[in-house]
Amino acid sequence: MDFKSSDTVTGPRAEDHLPQTAQAAVKIVIVGGFGVGKTTMVGSVSEIRPLTTEETMTQAGVGVDDNYGSDSKTATTVAMDFGRISITEQLVLYLFGTPGQERFWFLWNGLFEGALGAVVLIDTRRLEVSFDVIGRLEERGVPFVVAVNDFPDAPRYPIEDLRSALDLPEEIPIMKCDARRRASSRDVLMTLMRFLHSIAMASASA
Amino acid sequence: MTPPQRRRRLPKEASAKIPQQAPEGVSPHAPKEGGAQGGENQTADQTENQPERLFVLTSQVEDGDRASLDLVTLIVARADAPPTAQPEQSAVLRLCGSPLSVAELSAYLNLPFSVVTALLTELLTAELVHARAPIVRSELPDRSLLEAVMHGLQKL
Repeated sequence: MDFKSSDTVTGPRAEDHLPQTAQAAVKIVIVGGFGVGKTTMVGSVSEIRPLTTEETMTQAGVGVDDNYGSDSKTATTVAMDFGRISITEQLVLYLFGTPGQERFWFLWNGLFEGALGAVVLIDTRRLEVSFDVIGRLEERGVPFVVAVNDFPDAPRYPIEDLRSALDLPEEIPIMKCDARRRASSRDVLMTLMRFLHSIAMASASA
Repeated sequence: MTPPQRRRRLPKEASAKIPQQAPEGVSPHAPKEGGAQGGENQTADQTENQPERLFVLTSQVEDGDRASLDLVTLIVARADAPPTAQPEQSAVLRLCGSPLSVAELSAYLNLPFSVVTALLTELLTAELVHARAPIVRSELPDRSLLEAVMHGLQKL
Protein backbone atom coordinates (compact mmCIF):
# COMPACT_ATOMS: atom_id res chain seq x y z
CA MET A 1 0.00 0.00 0.00
CA ASP A 2 1.65 3.18 -1.05
CA PHE A 3 -0.98 5.66 -0.03
CA LYS A 4 0.20 9.17 -0.54
CA SER A 5 -0.72 11.88 1.92
CA SER A 6 -3.94 13.63 1.08
CA ASP A 7 -2.10 16.75 0.05
CA THR A 8 -0.22 14.98 -2.69
CA VAL A 9 -3.03 12.93 -4.20
CA THR A 10 -3.51 14.12 -7.75
CA GLY A 11 -7.16 14.32 -8.61
CA PRO A 12 -8.83 14.86 -11.95
CA ARG A 13 -7.71 17.79 -14.05
CA ALA A 14 -10.10 20.73 -13.90
CA GLU A 15 -11.50 19.88 -17.33
CA ASP A 16 -12.10 16.30 -16.22
CA HIS A 17 -14.52 17.21 -13.44
CA LEU A 18 -18.05 15.96 -13.92
CA PRO A 19 -20.76 18.61 -13.58
CA GLN A 20 -22.65 18.71 -10.28
CA THR A 21 -25.72 17.72 -12.28
CA ALA A 22 -24.30 14.24 -12.98
CA GLN A 23 -26.97 12.03 -11.41
CA ALA A 24 -26.22 8.50 -12.54
CA ALA A 25 -23.77 6.38 -14.45
CA VAL A 26 -24.01 3.31 -16.65
CA LYS A 27 -21.24 0.98 -17.68
CA ILE A 28 -20.18 -1.16 -20.60
CA VAL A 29 -17.57 -3.87 -20.23
CA ILE A 30 -14.97 -4.57 -22.91
CA VAL A 31 -13.65 -8.05 -22.38
CA GLY A 32 -10.97 -10.00 -24.16
CA GLY A 33 -7.63 -11.71 -23.87
CA PHE A 34 -4.35 -10.09 -22.97
CA GLY A 35 -3.07 -7.74 -25.64
CA VAL A 36 -6.23 -7.79 -27.74
CA GLY A 37 -6.66 -4.03 -27.55
CA LYS A 38 -9.13 -3.45 -24.70
CA THR A 39 -7.23 -0.51 -23.28
CA THR A 40 -6.65 0.88 -26.77
CA MET A 41 -10.38 0.83 -27.40
CA VAL A 42 -11.16 2.43 -24.03
CA GLY A 43 -8.57 5.13 -24.70
CA SER A 44 -9.75 5.92 -28.20
CA VAL A 45 -13.25 6.92 -27.10
CA SER A 46 -12.71 8.10 -23.53
CA GLU A 47 -12.94 11.80 -22.71
CA ILE A 48 -10.43 11.31 -19.91
CA ARG A 49 -7.02 9.72 -20.05
CA PRO A 50 -7.70 6.06 -19.25
CA LEU A 51 -7.36 5.31 -15.55
CA THR A 52 -6.65 2.08 -13.74
CA THR A 53 -8.55 0.64 -10.83
CA GLU A 54 -7.18 -2.39 -9.17
CA GLU A 55 -8.08 -5.02 -6.68
CA THR A 56 -5.67 -6.98 -4.58
CA MET A 57 -6.40 -10.57 -3.80
CA THR A 58 -4.63 -13.32 -2.06
CA GLN A 59 -3.95 -16.62 -3.62
CA ALA A 60 -3.34 -19.76 -1.64
CA GLY A 61 0.33 -20.59 -1.95
CA VAL A 62 1.09 -23.60 -4.07
CA GLY A 63 3.98 -25.97 -3.78
CA VAL A 64 6.37 -26.04 -0.90
CA ASP A 65 5.67 -23.61 1.87
CA ASP A 66 9.07 -22.25 2.66
CA ASN A 67 7.85 -19.33 4.68
CA TYR A 68 8.36 -21.18 7.95
CA GLY A 69 4.98 -20.65 9.44
CA SER A 70 4.24 -17.26 8.04
CA ASP A 71 1.15 -16.93 5.91
CA SER A 72 1.66 -18.89 2.74
CA LYS A 73 -0.57 -16.67 0.68
CA THR A 74 0.70 -14.34 -1.97
CA ALA A 75 -0.94 -11.11 -2.98
CA THR A 76 -1.87 -10.62 -6.61
CA THR A 77 -3.09 -7.41 -8.10
CA VAL A 78 -5.67 -7.49 -10.85
CA ALA A 79 -5.97 -4.23 -12.73
CA MET A 80 -8.71 -2.92 -14.95
CA ASP A 81 -8.37 0.10 -17.22
CA PHE A 82 -11.37 2.30 -17.74
CA GLY A 83 -12.52 5.46 -19.44
CA ARG A 84 -15.48 7.79 -19.38
CA ILE A 85 -17.89 9.44 -21.80
CA SER A 86 -20.32 12.12 -20.64
CA ILE A 87 -23.63 11.40 -22.31
CA THR A 88 -25.69 14.28 -20.96
CA GLU A 89 -25.36 16.70 -18.09
CA GLN A 90 -27.02 14.02 -15.95
CA LEU A 91 -25.78 10.74 -17.38
CA VAL A 92 -22.24 9.34 -17.59
CA LEU A 93 -21.03 6.22 -19.40
CA TYR A 94 -18.01 4.29 -18.12
CA LEU A 95 -16.10 1.73 -20.17
CA PHE A 96 -14.16 -1.00 -18.40
CA GLY A 97 -11.60 -3.20 -20.08
CA THR A 98 -11.41 -6.42 -18.11
CA PRO A 99 -9.32 -9.57 -18.34
CA GLY A 100 -11.03 -12.60 -19.79
CA GLN A 101 -10.61 -14.90 -16.82
CA GLU A 102 -13.90 -15.11 -14.98
CA ARG A 103 -12.20 -15.91 -11.70
CA PHE A 104 -11.22 -12.25 -11.49
CA TRP A 105 -14.65 -10.89 -12.20
CA PHE A 106 -16.07 -11.36 -8.72
CA LEU A 107 -13.53 -8.86 -7.42
CA TRP A 108 -15.68 -6.03 -8.67
CA ASN A 109 -19.28 -6.13 -7.49
CA GLY A 110 -21.73 -6.75 -10.28
CA LEU A 111 -19.23 -5.88 -12.99
CA PHE A 112 -21.22 -7.72 -15.64
CA GLU A 113 -24.60 -7.96 -13.94
CA GLY A 114 -24.79 -4.21 -13.63
CA ALA A 115 -23.38 -3.44 -17.06
CA LEU A 116 -25.66 -2.49 -19.92
CA GLY A 117 -23.83 -5.05 -22.01
CA ALA A 118 -20.41 -6.20 -23.15
CA VAL A 119 -18.10 -5.98 -26.13
CA VAL A 120 -16.03 -9.11 -26.72
CA LEU A 121 -12.88 -7.95 -28.47
CA ILE A 122 -11.14 -10.70 -30.40
CA ASP A 123 -7.91 -11.23 -32.27
CA THR A 124 -8.21 -13.80 -35.05
CA ARG A 125 -4.66 -14.96 -34.36
CA ARG A 126 -5.92 -16.26 -31.03
CA LEU A 127 -9.60 -16.80 -31.60
CA GLU A 128 -9.86 -19.60 -29.05
CA VAL A 129 -8.89 -17.21 -26.25
CA SER A 130 -12.38 -15.71 -26.59
CA PHE A 131 -14.29 -18.99 -26.40
CA ASP A 132 -14.49 -19.20 -22.66
CA VAL A 133 -15.35 -15.52 -22.23
CA ILE A 134 -18.21 -15.78 -24.71
CA GLY A 135 -19.48 -18.91 -22.98
CA ARG A 136 -19.45 -17.18 -19.60
CA LEU A 137 -21.43 -14.25 -20.95
CA GLU A 138 -23.97 -16.64 -22.47
CA GLU A 139 -24.33 -18.47 -19.17
CA ARG A 140 -24.87 -15.24 -17.28
CA GLY A 141 -27.28 -13.87 -19.84
CA VAL A 142 -25.16 -10.77 -20.46
CA PRO A 143 -25.96 -9.28 -23.89
CA PHE A 144 -22.83 -8.79 -25.99
CA VAL A 145 -21.52 -8.02 -29.44
CA VAL A 146 -18.26 -9.28 -30.95
CA ALA A 147 -15.68 -6.88 -32.37
CA VAL A 148 -12.76 -8.24 -34.35
CA ASN A 149 -9.75 -5.99 -33.81
CA ASP A 150 -8.18 -5.85 -37.24
CA PHE A 151 -4.48 -6.50 -36.69
CA PRO A 152 -2.52 -6.21 -39.96
CA ASP A 153 -0.91 -9.65 -39.71
CA ALA A 154 -4.00 -11.48 -38.41
CA PRO A 155 -5.83 -14.07 -40.50
CA ARG A 156 -8.83 -12.55 -42.24
CA TYR A 157 -11.90 -14.71 -42.07
CA PRO A 158 -15.23 -13.76 -43.57
CA ILE A 159 -17.64 -12.65 -40.83
CA GLU A 160 -19.87 -15.64 -41.49
CA ASP A 161 -16.94 -18.02 -40.98
CA LEU A 162 -16.28 -16.29 -37.67
CA ARG A 163 -19.94 -16.57 -36.71
CA SER A 164 -19.81 -20.25 -37.45
CA ALA A 165 -16.51 -20.77 -35.61
CA LEU A 166 -17.79 -18.84 -32.60
CA ASP A 167 -21.14 -20.65 -32.85
CA LEU A 168 -23.05 -17.39 -32.48
CA PRO A 169 -26.70 -16.99 -33.43
CA GLU A 170 -27.59 -14.73 -36.33
CA GLU A 171 -28.88 -11.91 -34.16
CA ILE A 172 -25.62 -11.28 -32.32
CA PRO A 173 -23.67 -8.58 -34.18
CA ILE A 174 -20.12 -9.36 -35.25
CA MET A 175 -18.06 -6.55 -36.74
CA LYS A 176 -14.52 -5.67 -37.66
CA CYS A 177 -12.95 -2.66 -36.03
CA ASP A 178 -9.74 -0.76 -35.52
CA ALA A 179 -9.60 -0.15 -31.78
CA ARG A 180 -7.06 2.63 -32.29
CA ARG A 181 -9.59 4.74 -34.16
CA ARG A 182 -12.16 6.69 -32.23
CA ALA A 183 -14.81 6.49 -34.95
CA SER A 184 -14.36 2.74 -35.27
CA SER A 185 -14.55 2.13 -31.52
CA ARG A 186 -17.57 4.40 -31.30
CA ASP A 187 -19.24 2.35 -34.04
CA VAL A 188 -18.68 -0.80 -31.97
CA LEU A 189 -20.36 0.84 -28.98
CA MET A 190 -23.20 2.07 -31.18
CA THR A 191 -23.69 -1.45 -32.51
CA LEU A 192 -23.92 -2.74 -28.95
CA MET A 193 -26.42 -0.03 -28.03
CA ARG A 194 -28.59 -0.76 -31.07
CA PHE A 195 -28.48 -4.45 -30.18
CA LEU A 196 -29.55 -3.68 -26.60
CA HIS A 197 -32.27 -1.44 -27.94
CA SER A 198 -33.61 -4.21 -30.18
CA ILE A 199 -33.66 -6.57 -27.18
CA ALA A 200 -35.55 -3.97 -25.14
CA MET A 201 -38.03 -3.47 -28.00
CA ALA A 202 -38.55 -7.22 -28.33
CA SER A 203 -39.13 -7.72 -24.61
CA ALA A 204 -41.50 -4.77 -24.48
CA SER A 205 -43.66 -6.19 -27.26
CA ALA A 206 -43.51 -9.76 -25.93
CA MET B 1 -7.64 -21.81 -43.41
CA THR B 2 -10.23 -22.92 -40.89
CA PRO B 3 -10.61 -21.12 -37.59
CA PRO B 4 -10.90 -23.11 -34.35
CA GLN B 5 -14.44 -24.04 -33.38
CA ARG B 6 -16.41 -23.05 -30.27
CA ARG B 7 -19.62 -24.59 -28.97
CA ARG B 8 -22.48 -22.40 -27.74
CA ARG B 9 -23.55 -22.38 -24.10
CA LEU B 10 -26.99 -21.79 -22.66
CA PRO B 11 -27.97 -19.36 -19.93
CA LYS B 12 -27.87 -20.96 -16.52
CA GLU B 13 -30.83 -20.93 -14.16
CA ALA B 14 -31.50 -17.45 -12.87
CA SER B 15 -31.00 -18.74 -9.37
CA ALA B 16 -27.42 -19.61 -10.19
CA LYS B 17 -26.58 -16.03 -10.99
CA ILE B 18 -24.79 -13.86 -8.56
CA PRO B 19 -27.39 -11.48 -7.21
CA GLN B 20 -27.02 -7.91 -8.34
CA GLN B 21 -25.42 -5.75 -5.72
CA ALA B 22 -24.87 -8.71 -3.46
CA PRO B 23 -23.74 -7.49 -0.08
CA GLU B 24 -20.10 -7.22 -0.75
CA GLY B 25 -18.82 -10.30 0.96
CA VAL B 26 -15.40 -8.82 1.45
CA SER B 27 -14.76 -11.71 3.71
CA PRO B 28 -12.05 -13.97 2.41
CA HIS B 29 -14.80 -16.50 1.74
CA ALA B 30 -16.51 -14.33 -0.84
CA PRO B 31 -14.98 -16.15 -3.83
CA LYS B 32 -17.11 -19.18 -3.05
CA GLU B 33 -20.05 -17.47 -4.66
CA GLY B 34 -18.06 -17.68 -7.86
CA GLY B 35 -18.27 -21.43 -7.56
CA ALA B 36 -22.02 -21.31 -7.99
CA GLN B 37 -21.75 -20.73 -11.69
CA GLY B 38 -18.41 -22.41 -12.25
CA GLY B 39 -20.01 -25.80 -12.64
CA GLU B 40 -18.40 -28.38 -14.80
CA ASN B 41 -16.57 -25.70 -16.69
CA GLN B 42 -14.41 -24.81 -13.79
CA THR B 43 -10.88 -25.87 -14.44
CA ALA B 44 -8.67 -27.51 -11.91
CA ASP B 45 -6.62 -24.36 -11.82
CA GLN B 46 -9.63 -22.32 -10.78
CA THR B 47 -10.70 -24.59 -7.98
CA GLU B 48 -7.24 -25.07 -6.56
CA ASN B 49 -6.12 -21.50 -6.84
CA GLN B 50 -9.38 -19.73 -6.19
CA PRO B 51 -8.31 -16.17 -5.48
CA GLU B 52 -9.41 -14.31 -2.43
CA ARG B 53 -9.85 -10.62 -2.04
CA LEU B 54 -7.27 -9.08 0.19
CA PHE B 55 -8.29 -6.05 2.12
CA VAL B 56 -6.93 -3.71 4.67
CA LEU B 57 -7.90 -0.44 6.32
CA THR B 58 -11.22 -1.87 7.45
CA SER B 59 -10.77 -1.22 11.13
CA GLN B 60 -14.04 0.57 11.67
CA VAL B 61 -16.24 -1.53 9.45
CA GLU B 62 -17.65 -4.84 10.48
CA ASP B 63 -17.81 -7.55 7.90
CA GLY B 64 -21.06 -7.49 5.96
CA ASP B 65 -21.91 -3.94 6.91
CA ARG B 66 -20.26 -2.51 3.88
CA ALA B 67 -22.31 -0.19 1.72
CA SER B 68 -23.37 -1.60 -1.61
CA LEU B 69 -21.18 0.36 -3.94
CA ASP B 70 -20.70 -0.20 -7.63
CA LEU B 71 -17.61 0.80 -9.60
CA VAL B 72 -19.69 3.56 -11.15
CA THR B 73 -21.61 4.77 -8.10
CA LEU B 74 -21.03 8.53 -8.12
CA ILE B 75 -19.76 9.96 -4.86
CA VAL B 76 -20.23 13.60 -3.85
CA ALA B 77 -18.85 15.23 -0.72
CA ARG B 78 -21.44 16.73 1.62
CA ALA B 79 -19.04 18.40 4.02
CA ASP B 80 -15.44 19.30 4.57
CA ALA B 81 -13.23 16.84 6.31
CA PRO B 82 -13.50 17.02 10.09
CA PRO B 83 -10.20 17.53 11.92
CA THR B 84 -10.36 13.92 13.11
CA ALA B 85 -10.54 12.47 9.59
CA GLN B 86 -7.89 10.05 8.44
CA PRO B 87 -5.70 11.27 5.56
CA GLU B 88 -7.44 8.84 3.21
CA GLN B 89 -10.87 10.16 4.21
CA SER B 90 -9.73 13.74 3.75
CA ALA B 91 -8.43 12.86 0.31
CA VAL B 92 -11.78 11.32 -0.67
CA LEU B 93 -13.68 14.39 0.50
CA ARG B 94 -11.31 16.70 -1.35
CA LEU B 95 -11.62 14.69 -4.60
CA CYS B 96 -15.40 14.50 -4.42
CA GLY B 97 -16.10 18.23 -4.56
CA SER B 98 -17.67 17.33 -7.89
CA PRO B 99 -19.19 13.89 -8.50
CA LEU B 100 -16.62 11.14 -8.97
CA SER B 101 -17.12 7.40 -9.50
CA VAL B 102 -15.78 4.84 -7.05
CA ALA B 103 -13.54 3.56 -9.86
CA GLU B 104 -12.02 7.01 -10.38
CA LEU B 105 -11.49 7.40 -6.64
CA SER B 106 -9.69 4.07 -6.61
CA ALA B 107 -7.49 5.21 -9.49
CA TYR B 108 -6.63 8.64 -8.14
CA LEU B 109 -6.06 7.41 -4.59
CA ASN B 110 -4.07 4.44 -5.85
CA LEU B 111 -6.06 2.21 -3.52
CA PRO B 112 -7.77 -1.12 -4.31
CA PHE B 113 -11.51 -1.03 -4.98
CA SER B 114 -12.41 -2.87 -1.77
CA VAL B 115 -10.37 -0.45 0.34
CA VAL B 116 -12.14 2.49 -1.26
CA THR B 117 -15.55 0.94 -0.58
CA ALA B 118 -14.54 0.49 3.06
CA LEU B 119 -13.49 4.12 3.30
CA LEU B 120 -16.70 5.22 1.63
CA THR B 121 -18.83 3.11 3.96
CA GLU B 122 -17.36 5.03 6.87
CA LEU B 123 -17.93 8.35 5.16
CA LEU B 124 -21.50 7.41 4.20
CA THR B 125 -22.22 6.37 7.77
CA ALA B 126 -20.84 9.69 8.99
CA GLU B 127 -22.98 11.43 6.33
CA LEU B 128 -19.91 13.15 4.95
CA VAL B 129 -20.56 11.91 1.41
CA HIS B 130 -23.58 11.16 -0.72
CA ALA B 131 -23.79 8.21 -3.14
CA ARG B 132 -25.66 8.37 -6.46
CA ALA B 133 -26.46 4.82 -7.47
CA PRO B 134 -25.82 3.64 -11.03
CA ILE B 135 -28.45 2.46 -13.48
CA VAL B 136 -28.07 -1.28 -13.91
CA ARG B 137 -29.34 -3.64 -16.55
CA SER B 138 -31.94 -5.25 -14.31
CA GLU B 139 -33.75 -1.92 -14.30
CA LEU B 140 -34.00 -2.05 -18.06
CA PRO B 141 -35.64 -2.13 -20.50
CA ASP B 142 -35.65 1.60 -20.33
CA ARG B 143 -35.48 2.41 -23.98
CA SER B 144 -35.21 6.13 -23.35
CA LEU B 145 -31.98 5.51 -21.43
CA LEU B 146 -30.55 3.44 -24.29
CA GLU B 147 -31.59 6.11 -26.76
CA ALA B 148 -29.92 8.79 -24.65
CA VAL B 149 -26.67 6.80 -24.67
CA MET B 150 -26.87 6.32 -28.43
CA HIS B 151 -27.49 10.01 -28.93
CA GLY B 152 -24.49 10.81 -26.73
CA LEU B 153 -22.23 8.42 -28.63
CA GLN B 154 -23.26 9.89 -31.96
CA LYS B 155 -21.87 13.22 -30.83
CA LEU B 156 -18.39 11.76 -30.29
